[in-house]
Amino acid sequence: MSDASGHGPGSGAAPPGAGRRAGVAVMGEPDARGRFGRFGGRYVPESLVPACAELEAAFRAAWADPAFHAELQGILTSYGGRPTPVTECRRLSAELGVRVLLKREDLAHTGSHKINNVVGQALLARRMGKSRLVAETGAGQHGVATATAAALFGMDCTVYMGEVDVERQALNVFRMELLGAEVRPVASGSRTLKDAVNEALRDWVATVGHTHYCLGSVMGPHPYPWMVRELQRVVGDEAREQCRQLLGGDPDVVVACVGGGSNAAGTFAGFADTSAELVGVEAAGGAAVRRGVPGVLHGMASLLLQDEAGQILEAQSISAGLDYPGIGPEHAHLADVGRARYDTAADDEVLAAFTLLARTEGIICAFESAHAVAWLVREAGRSVPSGSTVLVTLSGRGDKDVAQARELLR
Amino acid sequence: MTPPGAGAPSAAGVPPAAGTGAAAGAGPGPLERALRARRDAGRKLLVPYVTAGAVDDWVQVVRAVAAAGADAVEVGLPFSDPMIDGPTIQQASLTALRRGTTPQAALAELAGADVGVPLVVMTYYNLVFRAGERRFARTLADSGVAGAIVPDLPLEESAGWREEAGAAGVDTVLLVAPSTPDERARRICEACRGFVYGVGLMGVTGERSELAGTARQVARRLRAVTDLPVCVGVGVTTARQAAEICEDADGVVVGSALVRRLLDGGGPDAAAALVAGFRSAID
Repeated sequence: MSDASGHGPGSGAAPPGAGRRAGVAVMGEPDARGRFGRFGGRYVPESLVPACAELEAAFRAAWADPAFHAELQGILTSYGGRPTPVTECRRLSAELGVRVLLKREDLAHTGSHKINNVVGQALLARRMGKSRLVAETGAGQHGVATATAAALFGMDCTVYMGEVDVERQALNVFRMELLGAEVRPVASGSRTLKDAVNEALRDWVATVGHTHYCLGSVMGPHPYPWMVRELQRVVGDEAREQCRQLLGGDPDVVVACVGGGSNAAGTFAGFADTSAELVGVEAAGGAAVRRGVPGVLHGMASLLLQDEAGQILEAQSISAGLDYPGIGPEHAHLADVGRARYDTAADDEVLAAFTLLARTEGIICAFESAHAVAWLVREAGRSVPSGSTVLVTLSGRGDKDVAQARELLR
Repeated sequence: MTPPGAGAPSAAGVPPAAGTGAAAGAGPGPLERALRARRDAGRKLLVPYVTAGAVDDWVQVVRAVAAAGADAVEVGLPFSDPMIDGPTIQQASLTALRRGTTPQAALAELAGADVGVPLVVMTYYNLVFRAGERRFARTLADSGVAGAIVPDLPLEESAGWREEAGAAGVDTVLLVAPSTPDERARRICEACRGFVYGVGLMGVTGERSELAGTARQVARRLRAVTDLPVCVGVGVTTARQAAEICEDADGVVVGSALVRRLLDGGGPDAAAALVAGFRSAID
């Protein structure tokens, strides 16, 4: 890859001292340049460098401020529905021969883990004196969450969504509009999540004085990957305590789906220093860890689907939320050092798991979350030995996918 | 291979760049020497932008705008996700990619073009990174390209690239935005070669009916911190706007206004006519 300069993500190996298993100091702060090993960084146009620096300073100050934590936790409790429960799945466990626990982010307000991040970022935006939020969305979950936070804090909100996704997630578009947000369909490129990010960045360059870019995942320029993981770590921190109460210890395996990777990063953060095996499940058509190569997009160095010249390729997935040709830089790093492993689930496996969970546990989950379930269905009794205890983060509920499932299952 | 101008002594009268860090140790290359010489002779600098591969005869367009009074020509290598570009250059990039344009092929075409003024390549960092910084820098030099603009590679991320580019004799043009604080602008200018690109407004590339107040402001601020040629681009749409900016700047970059004419079917003649209009307005 990059030759000898030692500055690009293609150079260098895992940092010295990074081991392959538990107990390793992973999922701490990135370095001063916002890097996790060889990934991360801040690859943005000069116009946005001061805004990223301002955001980093604001986040550092807020994150060290007990009053900020108190306010955030208060909102997540009284408004967001936290803590979300961990559900023991008796019938699914019997079916799979492993003990399955679900971390129920589908029960959080707005129906997914996205609320954790947007409430935190909206509070930060208010601290920075910004009156408008702009966001990208794929499936619409992050868009709905951002529109919700904007309504709660009395802010203006614009959400960019690829035309393809506007089509397949029409109900979420209406939800955002109902919440007072403006949804702008994106007609450029692949007309999905990747292009919505481009358009949100273009908006932000022109409006940065009064607008905060409320990025929805552990991706983008520093400090976003780190900040969003910290705002999502409530998922993993809660789950760890809940597992200890239920199991008297940690689960053997912790699984979550990965598009950009925010629910997985939040979950893994709670278990990074345990002996649990961490597994991220990507869409087979968007497998950045398996099929991607190092590159730079959307402000970050990470693993990306791209051609020989460096043109970004389009991901393909049944789920709009995982339809992204990259992955958050910290996940690329966790794969590098071997602390987490990344696998894929194909669309047909996902649809089968979606149905299985509905019939065995009475839970209709998001297509995104069904990737994590599908992986477990496939791997139980194989790479996950029978009798193992497995925590699966169910990142969101499936109402938004019911119409599409109906078409696909017909 | 010896890149043009590599190792040559600086042109007489060129002050050494101040505070060059180890990572940016190379002195000014042929782009900066040429632009300084013209600027110091009292000429305003005109840098038109053309997206490689956007139209069949894009190399002829490059030649035509050079002949019509450009002091350097900026050639965009198309990228799938041009996040700092507005609709016109997005469309040109997409068209070029659909026509099968690759960086290698475009640079090979430029290598034989004999344009007569320095060429500056603009592209996004992933194309540089994918090729490898050293290999990309050498390919530019071998293709007769004298400068590079990589807008998503800000100062802090650019040291490795600047070192490789400098070693190959390619000047790295850095950008300063209206949002850049003065102290940071000074550090950017110390690392910058060729000319410093003043971003005329907070926003993406594209035509604007009115000249943003920030365009002349950023030029004045740059003038106060650097001796490099200062060219302002983004939102420079008409010859009249260019002339206005040149009251404070050393020159202008004209992109979308030119590219739109190409996409609308105007060939090398239409491009040359536009550039000639800008030329006479700023002279």
